Amino acid sequence: MADNQLAPYLPILMQLLIAAGIGTGMIVLSAILGQRKYSRMKMQAYECGMTPTGDAQHRFSVKFYLVAMLFILFDVEAIFLIPWAVVYRDLLKIPGAGLFGFWEMMVYIGIVLVGFFYVWKKGVLDWNTPELSEGPNE
Amino acid sequence: MENLITLAFLVVKILVITHVLLGAVAYTVWLERKLIGRMQNRWGPTRVGPFGLLQPIADGIKFIVKEDLLPPGVNKPLFLLAPLLAVALGLTSLAVIPFGESITIAGHTEALQISGFMRADGSIFDANVGLLIILGVTSIGVYGIALAGWSSNSKYSLLGSLRASAQMISYELALGLSLVGVIIMSGSLSLRQIVDAQGGNILHWNFIGGWQFVAFFVYLIAAFAETNRIPFDLPEAETELVAGYHTEYSAMKFAMFFMAEYANMFTAACVATLLFLGGWHSPFEGISWIPAVPLPPIVGALVPVFWFALKIFFFIFFYIWVRGTLPRFRYDQLMAFGWKVLLPLAIANIIVTSALVAMNLAPIGPK
Amino acid sequence: MIHQALFFIFAAICVAGALNLLLQKHPISSALSLIVVMGSLALLYLLLGAQFVAAIQIIVYAGAIMVLFVFVIMLLNAGIEEHTEGSRIAVYFGVPAVAALVGMVLYVLLKTSHIEYQVQLGGFVKPTRDVAMLLFREYLLPFEVTSVLILIAIMGAVVLARREP
Repeated sequence: MADNQLAPYLPILMQLLIAAGIGTGMIVLSAILGQRKYSRMKMQAYECGMTPTGDAQHRFSVKFYLVAMLFILFDVEAIFLIPWAVVYRDLLKIPGAGLFGFWEMMVYIGIVLVGFFYVWKKGVLDWNTPELSEGPNE
Repeated sequence: MENLITLAFLVVKILVITHVLLGAVAYTVWLERKLIGRMQNRWGPTRVGPFGLLQPIADGIKFIVKEDLLPPGVNKPLFLLAPLLAVALGLTSLAVIPFGESITIAGHTEALQISGFMRADGSIFDANVGLLIILGVTSIGVYGIALAGWSSNSKYSLLGSLRASAQMISYELALGLSLVGVIIMSGSLSLRQIVDAQGGNILHWNFIGGWQFVAFFVYLIAAFAETNRIPFDLPEAETELVAGYHTEYSAMKFAMFFMAEYANMFTAACVATLLFLGGWHSPFEGISWIPAVPLPPIVGALVPVFWFALKIFFFIFFYIWVRGTLPRFRYDQLMAFGWKVLLPLAIANIIVTSALVAMNLAPIGPK
Repeated sequence: MIHQALFFIFAAICVAGALNLLLQKHPISSALSLIVVMGSLALLYLLLGAQFVAAIQIIVYAGAIMVLFVFVIMLLNAGIEEHTEGSRIAVYFGVPAVAALVGMVLYVLLKTSHIEYQVQLGGFVKPTRDVAMLLFREYLLPFEVTSVLILIAIMGAVVLARREP
């Protein structure tokens, strides 16, 4: 256990299990101890005291999809930055390499930034441009 | 046999630390009500116990014995899973966070970190990619809120959870990118090594010594958005969405979302402290003209924990202070701010930091 | 010992999640099963010593890509899937293909089981540093090309989301 590099991950797994156990305990305890009185009006979905109109079955703006899509793409970019940051100082110390470690990432960030400004200019980042948004009901 | 003893210590450590956090969460709610009350010229809770100090306990009992509603039309398994997921993930990040060096009780030395282990030579090692684990747990945390809204079959819940998810993933980007500068400074993803790289007084901390003040503010703002706190509390904007994604929740399940939110606030505060404010190091560490006070070893081991807790308290106070001060963003402002201000700022910070390091201008570095 | 035990637990969870993904009728249940698969795969990577890859698996696959899946299901409010009778092509080509695949995997497994050079769980741990050094020195071109890939994907996403004129 002592010098195993993977040992620190076991407590994290145990923490997850214990935390899930605590959460389950709370739900179970509240389900056992909570009182129950059935009433038809109470069981309706909440809509400010009105009788609920319609189902919660709307279609939503395509903007949400675009945000999630862009998030994945920039997340992948960020993921590449992290290992680079870890070895950045070592990359600079390699004899003869000079500022290579710096420029290789600048090229990478530059290319991704082109995409970022494209998205910006297209108005994807403005939440209320009519061109791309679809309104709440298609 | 030896492994079993280690395991037993581990379980005790996890249970103690988790319950300390849960207690801190309960009393943060009390503190928040008290402070907001004072800011608004009210008293806050005063009735239950002296200064209302027993209020969290009364609230807890009330949450447990309240009726546990299960509205018809909800997707039952997911409706139950959502608060469970939120709480479990909210508490999991705690395992990676170091809050001091090590403590020796009755001849047994234990690292002050759930996932930290002692080496034979007395040094401590923790998860090699600890920072990434926190990012991973945060990124999965979105599901708790998304599923809560989706399974409720209510318009407000669904709208609230859609907003929350879009907001959280947008600010997660700025949050992740704001950490890259710190990683360049310390050259490691282990939280313990990141703190060790900032060893020394306040001038050695990443916030000042590592020139990460821009990153620090980007992180802080993104953390507010990640935890759905004012001014970014649009997911539960009560003036328009009733209560957002947890509109249909009641009793303990309702409280669990709040516990998760406050646990996430603590995690965000811990990460800010570890990455930017030197972790458990005292701001006066290593300054020669301050006389060293001889302390018994157990107190000496707890002094760093005190500094760590003080820094966390500062952040928690700041969260509450901001809540008492700022109004809520409008949704288009919120999205525009995340994508057009914080994200470019975070990327600019990476470029500037790496350029400074390349020019050998960075004062601090890995030991 | 503990490595083997954890391997079998998470391998079982992974397979169970994958089966559940196919058997569930509601898309959101399938998406959640896929998240379980991604998570347990991350644990398997971790057991093989790839700490960085394991963390990335959680952040990118379980945390980003699956968020998009869940998002789209929420946005479209997709209901319960209708089950068709099943296509004939799937039966005539799918079953032999699966049999061939299983046969091949078994053949490879049996052939290599006596070789000493085996996968060791937990015995081979690579720090992030080594992965990064490889990525930013030897595999520089693939790395730089990813940025172009991201750029194209960004444009593709914007074009797809546009309203038809």
